[in-house]
Amino acid sequence: MRTRFLRPLAALVWKDLLLELRSRDIIVSALMFGFLVAVVFNFALNVNPQRVTELAPGLLWVAFTFAGTMAMSRAFVREREQGGLEGLLQAPVSRDAIFLGKALVNLLFMLVIEAALLPIFAVLLNFSAFSLTLAAAILLTTLGFATVGTLFSAIAAQTRSREVMLPALFFPVILPVLIGAVEVSGAVIAGETDSSGWGGGATGRWLPLIAVFDALFLVICPWVFSIIVEE
Amino acid sequence: MANPSSGNAIDVSGLEKGFDDLPVLWDLDLTLGWGEFLVIFGANGSGKTTLLRTLSGQTRPDSGRIRIAGFDLRRQAEAARRRIGVVSHSGFLYDDLTCRENLSFYGRLYSLPDLKARVAGALERVGLSLRADRRVRSLSHGMQKRLAIARALLHQPSLLLLDEPESGLDRDSVAALAALLQEWTAAGQSVVMTTHNTNLGLAWASRAATLAGGRLGFDRAAA
Repeated sequence: MRTRFLRPLAALVWKDLLLELRSRDIIVSALMFGFLVAVVFNFALNVNPQRVTELAPGLLWVAFTFAGTMAMSRAFVREREQGGLEGLLQAPVSRDAIFLGKALVNLLFMLVIEAALLPIFAVLLNFSAFSLTLAAAILLTTLGFATVGTLFSAIAAQTRSREVMLPALFFPVILPVLIGAVEVSGAVIAGETDSSGWGGGATGRWLPLIAVFDALFLVICPWVFSIIVEE
Repeated sequence: MANPSSGNAIDVSGLEKGFDDLPVLWDLDLTLGWGEFLVIFGANGSGKTTLLRTLSGQTRPDSGRIRIAGFDLRRQAEAARRRIGVVSHSGFLYDDLTCRENLSFYGRLYSLPDLKARVAGALERVGLSLRADRRVRSLSHGMQKRLAIARALLHQPSLLLLDEPESGLDRDSVAALAALLQEWTAAGQSVVMTTHNTNLGLAWASRAATLAGGRLGFDRAAA
């Protein structure tokens, strides 16, 4: 298990982090995009304290989603451009390890982007970002997002119009998770929390649902990946 | 990688592969023994690259059976792939990693022991020791090709699949590659190579064949 799965997975993560550290083309461009969304919407929509609850969750997840999609679209393009994917597929490594290595790197990139954007949104829109419930919603949603995004990024990288194909394929599948994330974020920003701090009705309904979707994605996506990369 | 005591380096029967209803490989049979060096000639589009990609497991055949070193390429894919080294037109190298980092990465994918020493040895073998810590994007095309050869040899495969490996190499590098492959086959490992260079192919190989109409023909010992 350690030799066949964990070592190659660790090697993949190390390689992608090193490449990103040197090129910085994924995180910097996604961060700039997210920052632009935060600033433009803040001025365009005149988000006063009365409207924060209805606007902030949507704006936050629009920025996270599009910045994440930008980052995700590069995941397999670099492999394909430099022939790395063929090298990976030639190695005696399970396709699951390749997929999960890529998904883990995408998850890390997205969490870095979100950790940088969340305080900016909190300051500009004037809401508190310090919430365990919000952190759980972001973590669970990003896990699902990275898992499905990695799969569709692998599919889109094989097409000519990959920038269009990725969101077109990806958003319909991830929509239920995104709706849940917006609902939970709205509840947290509106201060709908119970005595345990874990939020009221919306949180109790949506967080478990997001977790169930994540579990499904984690089972189905590696399996589909192993089929599509064979051709 | 030790060769198994039974079986051939390659056993292929009834291999067929096509793209968009256009057959490229058609009812192709091939057997390659240990220590054999097969060179395949063929016109552009005759299916040489497709044959190598299919033998390496990168392209799934439409039908037929492929065994590499006694392992079924479909059912025992990981064991079979562990015994194959590939040099193709794409070097499988990352431009922003150094030569040493690229080889270390592939060594870790293959879970190789004594990786540092192996990587140093592989770099020395292709004459890139002095450039070990240079990024791949700063190397010439010929040096990248040599690094790709080092990557293919790193895990000591039993079978080397080479797609026009001499392209982009200078005269000295071609001579070094010839010596390396001779040493390789003398140790009982096998090679399949495609090339357009007839003189070079016939000089290097122990067996030559042509690929035309989706099948191997003129399959006989090289002069």
